Amino acid sequence: MSHAVLERPPVGSARTRTRIVDCDLHITARSAADLYPWLPQQWRTHVETVGPHIRAGVYNQEPHPRMMARGMRADAYPEEGGPPGCSLELMRKQHLDPNGIEFGMLIALGRGIFEERNQHFAAALSHAINAWQLERWVDEDERLVAAIIVPQEDAEFAAQEIERRASDRRFRQILLSPKAQEPLGRKRYWPIYTAAERAGLPVAFHPAATGGGHPSSGAGWPTYYLEEHNTFGTIMQGVLTSLIFEGVFERFPKLKVVAVEGGFTWAPTLGWRMDKHWNRLRGEVPHVPRPPSEYLREHVWFTTQPMEEARNQDHLRDIIDWLGWDRLMFSSDYPHWDFDDPRYAFKIVLSEEERAKIFHDNAKALYGLK
Amino acid sequence: MKLPFRGAVDCDIHPAPPPMSALLPFMSDYWSDQLQNRYIDKFGFTLTSHNPLLAIHGRPDWRPKTGTPGSDIDVLRAQALDDFGSAFAICNVLHGATTLFHGDMAAAILGALNDWLAKELLPRDRRLRGSISVTLQDPKLAVAEIERCADNQDFVQVLLPALGELPIGRRLYWPVFEAAQRAGLPICLHAGSLYRQAPMGNGWPSYFVEDYVTQATAFEGALVSLLAEGVFRKFPDLTFVLAESGVTWLPQFVWRQDKMWLGVRTELPWIDRVPREIIRERVRMTLQPFDAPSDARVIQRIVEHFESDDILLFSTDYPHWHFDGDDVVPDGFTSELIRKIAIDNPYATYARLPRPVAPARNRTEVSA
Repeated sequence: MSHAVLERPPVGSARTRTRIVDCDLHITARSAADLYPWLPQQWRTHVETVGPHIRAGVYNQEPHPRMMARGMRADAYPEEGGPPGCSLELMRKQHLDPNGIEFGMLIALGRGIFEERNQHFAAALSHAINAWQLERWVDEDERLVAAIIVPQEDAEFAAQEIERRASDRRFRQILLSPKAQEPLGRKRYWPIYTAAERAGLPVAFHPAATGGGHPSSGAGWPTYYLEEHNTFGTIMQGVLTSLIFEGVFERFPKLKVVAVEGGFTWAPTLGWRMDKHWNRLRGEVPHVPRPPSEYLREHVWFTTQPMEEARNQDHLRDIIDWLGWDRLMFSSDYPHWDFDDPRYAFKIVLSEEERAKIFHDNAKALYGLK
Repeated sequence: MKLPFRGAVDCDIHPAPPPMSALLPFMSDYWSDQLQNRYIDKFGFTLTSHNPLLAIHGRPDWRPKTGTPGSDIDVLRAQALDDFGSAFAICNVLHGATTLFHGDMAAAILGALNDWLAKELLPRDRRLRGSISVTLQDPKLAVAEIERCADNQDFVQVLLPALGELPIGRRLYWPVFEAAQRAGLPICLHAGSLYRQAPMGNGWPSYFVEDYVTQATAFEGALVSLLAEGVFRKFPDLTFVLAESGVTWLPQFVWRQDKMWLGVRTELPWIDRVPREIIRERVRMTLQPFDAPSDARVIQRIVEHFESDDILLFSTDYPHWHFDGDDVVPDGFTSELIRKIAIDNPYATYARLPRPVAPARNRTEVSA
């Protein structure tokens, strides 16, 4: 690829430059002590005398170690120390300002609430992280909005936390890990969807490094990060399959779901496969009265990064046609190693209208951003 | 009670794993570069099974002023060796790399750990002996590592996690047993899980205390696997040491195996004698954590239930916190039994340990 092709101007034109909505911005506390102002003494003691207890063999390292800089942009480690994503100043300098981000959706994955086995600790942590997100990030930069993070295994607490935060417009969605202990369409998780629907907030699924305590693929545990990364897509297919066939969208007709960092080009084939076999096996699932692809098309949004790239750009265009141009939303994944720069993320040529939908309009409509 | 004599063999102590930076010099350029590029050298690799924050993993007076329990060799020498008068102590360094899915990476790190043990740690005190750490992701790599380390007589066994990816008796792992038997090294199944799956058959418990308690059931699973798969028959000279397993669950396990074997032995024709005999000859267990009430009468009954004084091996499990002061031996153990578990059984189990020429009792026994 020539230098000329790579050196593109900022996305679109000067007109659209400041209108990008980034749907996947990762933040994390510099250390657990950052959360102490919102963590009761009992849990501050717990952090220091017990610590994390997760469904994985090691902590403070990924089960499938990332290829570079622990899966981060090496230049995103703040000079003053701490992990990438702990410094608002650096995020502004490296991404928000130069890339013209109008709104950024915070995805606070750190500190492991999704995989924490101690539900009392997970609840305390998520409550603290939600408060910390507002005070240290959203209130500090008007471009930022947050996702309410909740530990999915304690659906009762999760629903309460959603209800507590629902009227606070600094939150625009709810964040879950798709790697739960059981498929997330199961009834034990329904209190979360009840609360989400009542709050009018979409539920986003973002892959987490460790999961529900079973292999990340139905084929068994992968060996390499390359394989593990592929499970981000297959796990997302699994969670959508579960939601649809458990009848979640029938029971919660206003529920909206966002698949973050799971890719999207698999969605049309998933829809076709579901319809094909639902047609023969629908007697088993009478609580799913419509062709499954209809739920997929109506209830699910997708973010772009990491985007599969077809060699022939017409092929990728076919996929988005099938998916719906109103369902795809730009995400950068800053500060992770495979960060998508909005200037280069799309290898296909987009019309002004298509660009507007993907880079801002779809997200603004879904999240009510103005 | 305390040990009534010097010269015990402590069959399970835990020096802390060194920082990854200390292991880089023992790796190939490729792996040294890889670990640095990935920043693996900059972060910890803490086993969920061996979280040093937990009270049980560091006795308060055994925690050094800085660093994790077991990380200071001078402190370890004074507390684990001098204070108990141990003749030898076997170092089981529990490293997070055992949990890696990437078998080559795990083998590179664990190979470096074994070299670090042989060249850096064990030479610091002539009483220290080591266990060879291997990954079972690729049994061929484990075999190669055992063969690479076996000539060093300071290594006395091969260390494996008790809760692995598959039941340990599976034929897939037999080449590892073959290599260990050839080298005259027992296999030590040590407490701890790779967490490839829940630590118990009921799913994932919430708390570490549940993991630690139910671990005994996973040790039962490992032992019944070795028995049922025919490992004891196939490898007649191989000893299995269960370390930090707890001990009081064994008699009821043996009773159940004996009874079931009578009923279903046609399923497993290679089990050619009662399980209790096999276990008595081939399985050893380290003493701590000793999971019985402190009542000496109860303990004496439990000892009797073992129907053998060959099974237990003395251990402190240093720096883990299972007892206070020097109260390492359960009340109710006779002095004969203590001598068996602290001296005779370890030397019989670990052929590589040079037993003092004169019996220890005549040389070093201190009067009570």
